[in-house]
Amino acid sequence: MLKIIQNLTRRTPLGWLQLTQHKSRFAVAISGVAFADLLMLMQLGFQGALFDSAVILHSKLTADVFIISPQALNIGAMSTFPRRRLYQAMDITGVKSAEPMYVNLVTWKNPQTRDKKNLIIVGFNPDRPIFNLPEVNSQLDKIKQSDVLLFDRKAIGAYEKVVESVDDGKAVTTEIERRTVSVNGLFSIGSSFSADGHLMTSEDNYLRLFSRQSSGNINVGLLTLNPGYDPTQVVQQLKAYLPRQDIKVLTKEEYIAFEQGYWQQQTPIGPIFNLGAIMGFIVGVIIVYQVLSTDVNSHLREYATFKAMGYSNTYLLGIVFEEALILAVVGFIPGLIVSLGLYTVVGGATNLPIAMTVFRAAQVLAGTLIMCMLSGAVATSKVQAADPADMF
Amino acid sequence: MIEPVIYINNLDHYFGKGALRKQVLFDINLEINIGEIVIMTGPSGSGKTTLLTMCGGLRSAQSGSLKVLGTELCGASAKQLTISRRHHGYIFQAHNLHESLTALQNVKMGLELHPDISVAEMNQRSIEMLELVGLGDRVNYLPENLSGGQKQRVAIARALVSQPKILLADEPTAALDKQSGRDVVDLMHKLAKEQDCTILLVTHDNRILDVADRIIYMEDGRLAKAPDLQKVS
Repeated sequence: MLKIIQNLTRRTPLGWLQLTQHKSRFAVAISGVAFADLLMLMQLGFQGALFDSAVILHSKLTADVFIISPQALNIGAMSTFPRRRLYQAMDITGVKSAEPMYVNLVTWKNPQTRDKKNLIIVGFNPDRPIFNLPEVNSQLDKIKQSDVLLFDRKAIGAYEKVVESVDDGKAVTTEIERRTVSVNGLFSIGSSFSADGHLMTSEDNYLRLFSRQSSGNINVGLLTLNPGYDPTQVVQQLKAYLPRQDIKVLTKEEYIAFEQGYWQQQTPIGPIFNLGAIMGFIVGVIIVYQVLSTDVNSHLREYATFKAMGYSNTYLLGIVFEEALILAVVGFIPGLIVSLGLYTVVGGATNLPIAMTVFRAAQVLAGTLIMCMLSGAVATSKVQAADPADMF
Repeated sequence: MIEPVIYINNLDHYFGKGALRKQVLFDINLEINIGEIVIMTGPSGSGKTTLLTMCGGLRSAQSGSLKVLGTELCGASAKQLTISRRHHGYIFQAHNLHESLTALQNVKMGLELHPDISVAEMNQRSIEMLELVGLGDRVNYLPENLSGGQKQRVAIARALVSQPKILLADEPTAALDKQSGRDVVDLMHKLAKEQDCTILLVTHDNRILDVADRIIYMEDGRLAKAPDLQKVS
């Protein structure tokens, strides 16, 4: 190890000198790598935002264990199961409370534009709060009134006037399922890929809107455990105790994974963004290969001379890999900075929770290194052609 | 008895394979002793450069015997050839300096191959060598800012900085005007004598034949009796 470091300090940094001698060529090469990084980071960012936004509601629920129908697809299509299962679940020691949650995709008329828009609507018992959203919990009295809803101020679309008016204490009325409803309060969650935002109301109001659903058939069961009980163990006990054919019991992590799994596997959205990231990767491979092979070609005489002086092939390959490494690292930095800027722009425009994670940055940096090394490995085949005996 | 620096015995060499196989060197016998300056001349295509590249370890010998500094290079592996190249300096027709490196960095490349020399010593020896070739004031110039003669002098400094036992030169003056060519050859001559270095030089340039201790003439792949060189020039 010490010897390697010693050798590095002795060594003339040929790759760096070769790359930086032609400033404009170097700038083009760097922007090529940065562009490839940008593509990968944006695609993976959108994908991450999709999966995060899909569980934006789930993450606000306080329950520890969830009961859903085996036919459930996603938060907008949860199907139903008998409410009786909740009472049965109370028999298990450690279960402190069991509350029903009604949830569905609903089409409402935007009060401002009168356009029809899709939202997620949640109905629950206002006497037993289920969210860790102080804004919601302080307005539970409002939804006890009939046909009163709370509205998501972070929903996408033209809602500024609605938000302004409700903030001023003036309720806004609109229509859902040909029924007149009124928005009397606001909270903040945000949009997801399946809906523009969220609505909340009492279970009674919810059942008035969805007259075909009876109160005996619920969408999600929310179980809260007494402190000291392990959700995984309780889930095992519930699975053994409750009839298996009409329900599924999940911990919070499992429920989140279930929702994300739907979007990943049942829709083309996951593969599309993966494909986008792969395209970015391929663009990068091609650009870096072009840069490196041009560079090797224009230095063939020098390389042949080095060989004639007694430098080994490995040494010359080292120069190419050195260049690849420099391109990867130097190109990654502007790529990361620009995509952070674009994340902010896109996040602001769509209210999607799009954020850079250390993991994703590291993932793309690793991808860039692989991309550059791969191109370097292809470009080195030209180094073998630098044969001093044939060249001079 | 002192062993010759280069010892060639019954050396044949072929290019190509199968039906296209063509013999280019025929039964070469040659001994070059330490400190000798040998000029090899002859018409184009006579095999001079082929023989030079084989002595330099750039091309492996196929049959016969070729010993350079006591090492048999006939049938040597690529790795052995690479190592053997580290013991001699090579000067080409073109200077072949690396365009991205300064004169000093180019010369230093001749020393980096020898792991026992420290960075400080490499710099010091390279600067001294550049001073010897009269470029002490051009140490940090890139090749593009040097004249043709100056570049060839940097190449000589690069070849000689590690004090090789053998200096091989392939038409070192071909790309230079008369005066620069003369200067370059005189410089090679002077430095080689100081370092007790053996020189094998291939050239068509009759103006520089006078530096040679011995002139050998090659024609059609064979060492031949030289025609009267005075008549040629």
